[in-house]
Amino acid sequence: MMNALASLDWFLIATSLAKTVFLLFLVVLPMVSYTVYAERRVSALIQDRLGPNRVGFPTTLLGLKTDISPFLGGLGQPIADAVKLLLKEDFTPAHVKKFYYWIAPGLGIAAVIVTLAVIPFGSSFLGVPMVIANVNVGPLFIFAISSLSVYGIVLAGWSANSKYPFLGGIRSSSQMISYELALGLSVVPLFLILGRLNLPEIVQYQVKNGWLLLPFTDGKLTLKEVLLWIPVFISFVIFTISLFAETNRLPFDLPECETELVAGYHTEYSSMKFALFFLGEYAAMIAGSSLVVTMFLGGWHLPFIPDGANQGGLDFLHAVPAWIWGIVNITVFFGKVAALLFFFIWVRWTLPRFRYDQLMRLGWIYFFEIAFINVILTAGILAFFPN
Amino acid sequence: MAYTVPRPKLTLAEKFYLPQVVAGLLITWKHFKNMLLGRTKIIMQYPEEKWDASMPSYYRGAPTLVRDEHGRERCVACQLCEFICPPRAIRIKPGEIPPASKWAKVEKYPEEFDIDMIRCIYCGLCEEVCPEQAIFLRKDYAITGLSRSEMIHNKAKLYELGGVMDGVVNKWNPKK
Amino acid sequence: MVNVQIDGVWMQFPKGTRMIEACTQAGKFIPRYCYHPKLSSPGNCRMCLIEMGMPKMGPDRKPVLGADGKPEIAWIPRPQISCAQDIAEGMGIRTSSPMVEDCRKGVMEFLLINHPLDCPICDQAGECRLQEFSVEYGNAQSRFLDQKVKKPKNVELGPRVTLDAERCVLCSRCIRFMKEVANDDVLGFVDRGSFSTIACHPDRQLDSNYSLNTVDICPVGALTSSDFRFKMRVWFLKETKSIDVNDGLGCNITIGSRENIIYRITPRENNDVNSCWMPDSHRLNFKYLHNERRFLGPQIKTGSSLAPVEWPVAINRAAEQLKKYALTSSLAMIASARMTNEELFLVGRLAKALGIQKFDVLPRVGEADGILIPADRNSNTSGAKLLGLTGERPGARLPEIAEGVRTGAIKALLCFEDATRCGISETDLAKLESIVTMDILPNKTTALASVVLASSGFAEKRGSLININGRLQRLNRAISAPGEARDDWEILRDLIQAVSGSNGIYMIEDVFKQMAEEVSAFAGLSLSKIGDLGVQLLSGDGKAAERLDADQPVAKTPTA
Ligand code: SF4
Ligand code: SF4
Ligand code: SF4
Ligand code: SF4
Ligand code: FES
Repeated sequence: MMNALASLDWFLIATSLAKTVFLLFLVVLPMVSYTVYAERRVSALIQDRLGPNRVGFPTTLLGLKTDISPFLGGLGQPIADAVKLLLKEDFTPAHVKKFYYWIAPGLGIAAVIVTLAVIPFGSSFLGVPMVIANVNVGPLFIFAISSLSVYGIVLAGWSANSKYPFLGGIRSSSQMISYELALGLSVVPLFLILGRLNLPEIVQYQVKNGWLLLPFTDGKLTLKEVLLWIPVFISFVIFTISLFAETNRLPFDLPECETELVAGYHTEYSSMKFALFFLGEYAAMIAGSSLVVTMFLGGWHLPFIPDGANQGGLDFLHAVPAWIWGIVNITVFFGKVAALLFFFIWVRWTLPRFRYDQLMRLGWIYFFEIAFINVILTAGILAFFPN
Repeated sequence: MAYTVPRPKLTLAEKFYLPQVVAGLLITWKHFKNMLLGRTKIIMQYPEEKWDASMPSYYRGAPTLVRDEHGRERCVACQLCEFICPPRAIRIKPGEIPPASKWAKVEKYPEEFDIDMIRCIYCGLCEEVCPEQAIFLRKDYAITGLSRSEMIHNKAKLYELGGVMDGVVNKWNPKK
Repeated sequence: MVNVQIDGVWMQFPKGTRMIEACTQAGKFIPRYCYHPKLSSPGNCRMCLIEMGMPKMGPDRKPVLGADGKPEIAWIPRPQISCAQDIAEGMGIRTSSPMVEDCRKGVMEFLLINHPLDCPICDQAGECRLQEFSVEYGNAQSRFLDQKVKKPKNVELGPRVTLDAERCVLCSRCIRFMKEVANDDVLGFVDRGSFSTIACHPDRQLDSNYSLNTVDICPVGALTSSDFRFKMRVWFLKETKSIDVNDGLGCNITIGSRENIIYRITPRENNDVNSCWMPDSHRLNFKYLHNERRFLGPQIKTGSSLAPVEWPVAINRAAEQLKKYALTSSLAMIASARMTNEELFLVGRLAKALGIQKFDVLPRVGEADGILIPADRNSNTSGAKLLGLTGERPGARLPEIAEGVRTGAIKALLCFEDATRCGISETDLAKLESIVTMDILPNKTTALASVVLASSGFAEKRGSLININGRLQRLNRAISAPGEARDDWEILRDLIQAVSGSNGIYMIEDVFKQMAEEVSAFAGLSLSKIGDLGVQLLSGDGKAAERLDADQPVAKTPTA
């Protein structure tokens, strides 16, 4: 017993916990709330409106002279929203299947949050690698876990025991299953090229050889790289679009398509249970974007910037303490994620919704085939240029 | 007879769909950018600035009841507005005017007249249908309340909002 | 059969059909004010003008046949009224020729000359013939420049009828009704020309028990019901076809209700029962359904007063108390000849399950008025007899029960009437160990009861009744019972279930089905097969009648 305890790596446990808390509560959850805020603001700006621009911080309540509001207008909105959602009546309709109705929102968000564990969100900080679980099957783990989140939706739709949620649940499961195929297949070329499935190592590879999507970021370009760029680009496009479908974002938000299904699978939910679905959806966007950043856009790496151990980058920057670069790397990573999130939002307020049959055809007939051919193409290129 | 809507022939680029997506993204980007840089004109900051002064006389605000120039309530409780109101916001309890009243010859009046402003959609059909020109949509539009009951305008409130309307149909008043 | 050409189409009608009826049957509705199929035809409104022709006669006094082999018609160049003349062989009628349309426009313009702009305050609006025909033939603008004639308004013609003489179109329907049907000739016209006015005999009032029928047949809003006046616009009323329960005849009625409140009851045409009429006393007798003292749920006696309880508690308590005396002679039952057949059938079952030997119904007898009100004031005496809840002479066993209660031989009473009206005094009633009663309003018996089961009124339930002439008719639900009060048959079903176990009854249709299996007179019928106009179930002497009309034809188009 004592041996078992002693053999535990307490340092690993402590740092993992610290990283989990940091990532979840200080980064992802605030990011989710502010993504919702950004969604509202960006959509407003796109539509020539202002959006939520009023909720400030009522600092007068704390005894200060003025409220903080004019300049940071609206930044208090997510807090107000959260408070509202927490205080709303948590209503459970009489006709639902209680047990499943209660666990469905939790299932939905839990699956998404777990996937964040394998994402390297920074290089290293004071010698600690900035990834919670350094596993060798990163992307597979993510696909496996995130496909579980469909259970949350299916259960929500089914347990609500009413027609719209049910239809929403059915749609969503078939949609997610369809697009998971394309999603999984589209990244196979990457693994052919990289030859590994460990996400931190994938980032390391990109630090050395240039980002996969932008292979010139290391300053040199070979013919093989140029040729490989084509399948990588196709992969990137298919992966990103499938991600839209996978996270139920417009133009693929059929499961909760308001005009047909009221609010889809979460029609019968209110208060925090509804909010969990909401959060889950945005968390899924963040997780998906993180994956894209890690696999295609060089993860935490920015050209000329050293990593958390003060390696690489421009030499004169090494004068700055390494931990600062650790922080910079983390910031860079989330900056890239934020840019992708903006793209998500931008697309949502540009494109109309697909019809369901179009959605299915796109998934099964086009993306699946293209991704498949892409694998063969990559394999061919790799076979002709064996280094 | 079945009619097939002709579909436009798509060029290859259009079939690909992506150029159109990009074009769409550029359009929204333009709006986003202009708004962000303050190039789009913001018309009005609502609660601080109001457009009450420039509101046209036919503005469709809250429905109200009006009296005529003699102070007679114009409504005779015909309940046509109650019937026409699409969201069924109006509730009327008709009654008989007591014979002692100066307006006994009108015979009928609304004992109770409630408009549920939570339901009202400001469509103006009540004003249009009223044969006595007794109900008008006036300029009040910011109707708020803290409870449901507060949002139900009763007769007193409706007359308070409506005031007097003259110069309309006048069949009950004695000719000179 | 007589051949008639209506708007160019040859048709056949039985001899003696009025032209206006023939046109209606041919699907050409002729506007009319004064014509009413149940009254004589004075032909004084001129609204029913049509163009008419007779077969052209050759020199041989034979009709000249046209190319199609049918007689050629010689059209009369003047319009004719269609309401006062029967059809004849070879006759031609045009109901929508330019001349006819012109005539109708002209008549309408005359009628509207002095008509007030009262529609917003007129109770007839929405079912007003003048409004309807104005839409079709009226002019939006009046050409009449002078002052309109003023006539008395808001006049109380009688205790139940209010007159607005300005709205009267002088059709004389009301006059003829009072004279020909109500046998009380109190109405008439006075003055002349534009000043002609309907009026009551100076020493009399329009106070016949049938006066409200004049309101029904008045095509305009001149006669209005003082009771219904200004209560609700007719277009809001949900119309439920049902029957009257105030006497043994069961006049067919239409219940007008809005949001669970009954506003008025009007007669419905059924030529086998009540023609187009019904007595005022019956049609106004619905207010008790909205009495605020109605039982809103079951109550049981706790201590000395009644306290509301949940249904299962009340049913169990009732079953418990009844079972205590079951199969002994100390339990008696007073059923009601106002219950529906379904309820009586279940009551019979309950009595059998409890082994009750002493039971009867309360007879109610009044004076027959020779028109529509029979002596029997119970709505289902025939049903009670048929289902064996009473003998040939209803109420014959009541004295026996009263005596038993007085002497103490009877200790428990299951009671569906106010027992104090059955010859049992209140003091005797108070001596009983247990009274289970079912009612809608408190009375002396419910005050003393140990269990009160809150049931539904006639407009709140479905069921069937058999009238004094053996006609099976149907009650329909217009409004829902207040509070927790339930359908009588449901209560009885639960009671039987609590006393003797499950019985496979879930809907009122099931009750009727089981009843039809057990009682041969109902064989082959169901609630829906009864139809709106009823089925002749028994002949006048109580024997099963030849049921020719079991499958009702669709209700005839209303003629009024
Ligand atoms: S404005 Fe329209 S919705 Fe509002 S009360 Fe009038 S009819 Fe009803
Ligand atoms: S329509 Fe006019 S007169 Fe009729 S009830 Fe409404 S407000 Fe009164
Ligand atoms: S009688 Fe008919 S037309 Fe005349 S006021 Fe009444 S509803 Fe209007
Ligand atoms: S009161 Fe009515 S029924 Fe009587 S004559 Fe006048 S319009 Fe006809
Ligand atoms: S209906 Fe024929 S004249 Fe009146």
